[in-house]
Amino acid sequence: MTTTTPFQPGSALFDRRPLTFDPTLKRNRLNRLLTSIAALFAAIAVLPLFLVILYVLVQGGRLMSLSLFTQLPPPPGLEGGGIGNAVLGTIIVTLVASAISIPIGVGGGVYLTEYSNRGWFSQFISVGNDILAGVPSIISGVFVYGVIVSTRVFFGQSYSAAAGGIALAVLMLPTVIKTTDEGLKLVPQELRWGAYGVGASKFVTVMRITLPAAFTPIATGVVLAIARAAGETAPLIFTALFSPFWPEGVFNPIATMSVLIFNFAIMPYEAQNELAWAASFVLVMMILAANLLARWISSFSRT
Amino acid sequence: MTTDSSPPQLNADAFTLRRRPPSEKLVDTGFRQLSLALASVVAVVLLGIFLVVFTGAREAIATFGLSFITTSAWDPVNESYGAFVAIYGTLVTSLLSLLIAVPLGVGTAILITEDVLPKLVRDATGLMVELLAAIPSVVLGLWAIFVMEPTIRPALDLLHSLLGWTPLFNTIPKGPGMAPAILILVVMILPIITAISRDALNQVPEELRQGAYGVGTTRWGAIFSVILPAAVSAITGGVMLALGRAMGETMAVTMIIGNSNNFSTSLLAPGNTIASMLANQFGEADGIQVSALMYAALILMVLTLVVNIFAKWIVRRLSLRY
Amino acid sequence: MTLTNPAPMPAQDVCMSLQDVTISYGKFEAVKNVFMDIPKGQVTAFIGPSGCGKSTVLRGLNRMNDLIPGCSLRGRVVFDGTDIYAPNVDPVEVRRRIGMVFQKPNPFPKTIYENIAFGARINGYKGDMDELVERSLRKAAVWDECKDKLKESGLALSGGQQQRLCIARAIATEPEVILMDEPCSALDPISTLKIEETMHELKRSYTIIIVTHNMQQAVRVADMTAFYNAEAVEGGTGKVGYLVEFAETERIFNAPSQQATQDYVTGRFG
Repeated sequence: MTTTTPFQPGSALFDRRPLTFDPTLKRNRLNRLLTSIAALFAAIAVLPLFLVILYVLVQGGRLMSLSLFTQLPPPPGLEGGGIGNAVLGTIIVTLVASAISIPIGVGGGVYLTEYSNRGWFSQFISVGNDILAGVPSIISGVFVYGVIVSTRVFFGQSYSAAAGGIALAVLMLPTVIKTTDEGLKLVPQELRWGAYGVGASKFVTVMRITLPAAFTPIATGVVLAIARAAGETAPLIFTALFSPFWPEGVFNPIATMSVLIFNFAIMPYEAQNELAWAASFVLVMMILAANLLARWISSFSRT
Repeated sequence: MTTDSSPPQLNADAFTLRRRPPSEKLVDTGFRQLSLALASVVAVVLLGIFLVVFTGAREAIATFGLSFITTSAWDPVNESYGAFVAIYGTLVTSLLSLLIAVPLGVGTAILITEDVLPKLVRDATGLMVELLAAIPSVVLGLWAIFVMEPTIRPALDLLHSLLGWTPLFNTIPKGPGMAPAILILVVMILPIITAISRDALNQVPEELRQGAYGVGTTRWGAIFSVILPAAVSAITGGVMLALGRAMGETMAVTMIIGNSNNFSTSLLAPGNTIASMLANQFGEADGIQVSALMYAALILMVLTLVVNIFAKWIVRRLSLRY
Repeated sequence: MTLTNPAPMPAQDVCMSLQDVTISYGKFEAVKNVFMDIPKGQVTAFIGPSGCGKSTVLRGLNRMNDLIPGCSLRGRVVFDGTDIYAPNVDPVEVRRRIGMVFQKPNPFPKTIYENIAFGARINGYKGDMDELVERSLRKAAVWDECKDKLKESGLALSGGQQQRLCIARAIATEPEVILMDEPCSALDPISTLKIEETMHELKRSYTIIIVTHNMQQAVRVADMTAFYNAEAVEGGTGKVGYLVEFAETERIFNAPSQQATQDYVTGRFG
């Protein structure tokens, strides 16, 4: 169609269609097709989450009882029992890991943002931190095995809860440093200047002004790092090992839920398989709760 | 705290710390040194890991040399070791899982960031993908053993009967194997690819999007010709990071891959990866087997390191062009 | 409020007709009850203080507001005999016939050549692409600066050149109307002058609607000028924009019929 106005240039170069939407046009059909494909892909992507959660809830949820938390796992072939030692063990090992990695990580993050002037050393630490974050988790187990387990540095003990905690700390460290560094970078420079302006020392500024101002992002990241560590298995299988008994201090082998799931999943006994599902239920609930906690913490930053 | 705002003649004696006491200066420098020391822990740990793995592997390196990479014997009785099967398994499972996960993850990210569906649906999808990332690997492994593998067995049987003449599918699926391991790896790396792609797409300037719509592109025209090209460097970096993660992923793979050191080209046969070999054997190994495992660990570290550095390089290189 | 439109135009000279247009973001009305007939083949300028909704109206003319979540339009915007907000209208078709140049230069991260060819190609251009690229760049008065670097990234150009590249990109698709949303606000005075020259060139072939903060610019380039203002509403939190007066540029600046216009154009605006 052509218009009759005199100033109109050679519109004939392009086909002019009416303005109405034509669903049979190739581009509109293609659009619909691609939107459907993207929706299908997204559906496939979230399907495993539904299925995993569903099975963990159904298979693990039906085993929930008080005795699950108060009893020890049964010897192979026997029925009943619980995962009490593994629940306690996971908490102990995660606490050890947090006690090591949080102070080191927050301190290191403070150095990177507040003290380093971004010179070669801090560049080196930053890059090293990224590399450490990319090191496979099993390797940190190998490392701790080599340094602590095989050398028996802890009172002659080889496998121990402490060794497992250190292996997890190696995994948590890069995350804690990164969140601290990024959280501190978000603190407006004016806030620091304000503190220096009233004569505060660097130490006071960091401790009383900068760190509190960055508390929300740091706490969010740290909670997520702890949740991630609590579910880790690979670094524990030959550091913390496993134990069918209640925890006997941090310098002895210890049971954890994640290693229990691994060991019991591949056993040919029904009772052990069921306990693996029960432990999965407890572990997934703990981790989802931590994720919700992290979301709740991070919601404070919007005010 | 309100201070007296009367004229400048303040009582100077009211401020007892006009001059900083030496103790405060000591705290200040002490804190600086402490934070420096804590930051150095990263370097110490990183170097420590390399040192431990390398010294542990030295004996095996001396004994087997580079043929360790190309031979597939894993024989504790004759003390003869080669990691070919595990290296092959690591590369094949991670690359194939990437092949499946990249379209799924990038497609999901597009769905989340571009307004193709109502916002509620998009937000819910994003949240669920994030939660998927929080599920521990060992739980996914448990699920893979008891739910996923039995469920997909008929499909794998069908693959075998249809494509059994190709070397990729010429064994009968009997349970654990490479194919289920690849699928569980897809589940594990999807959240990373989705999250990084989503961030990359969100960072594409709004003006570019408007410019594309302004010349009359359709939604997908804008996505393919303007938005994705602008985000490609960050997405590629994310894909490389996911590859590194897939190569080092241990538990879920260990539980479902079958841990066999017999080489097979078939994806339906059991296989092994370096990480699952370490998980299975490290605790019980002794003598030169420990060293051989350390050698394998060293190879895994080098592989992931190369991939991660490559990821950084790609992001920097491609983003300069844009 | 009284609206003083110029004497009714013959229908064939009207390019776009806004009939009682009200645009809202969520619950808040950004601009309301706009009536205007924008003439064909002329330059129409929208002026007014910040927040008066002039950019919002402009973006409503080729349905760019569709991209902003929660933005909705009531009333009719008639173009080529069709209400472009009718449910059966394809916004993509609308944007192919009504091009746009944005406030910030936004060349695609492609070569200069591809920046031009991209729009033409998706609009189904079948002719000689090299010729179209050259003609568009010439029309946008940026050919001399980029003829030797057509294969370089559009982002390598200076801000003013980038904006003229964006104008070239818009005219390469031969739209009937070109919307310009403060095209010179990010540019230096020399680039601004060049773009104004370009506009004089372009109005021979296109209808141009431009939003500008700069009143001198409106005087220099526009045949018609619409003055928008904003007023606080009772009980509301924000301000609502409305069209005060729409007339020949000369009348708006020399003999406006509204006091508010008089105050604004003489700089006595509170």
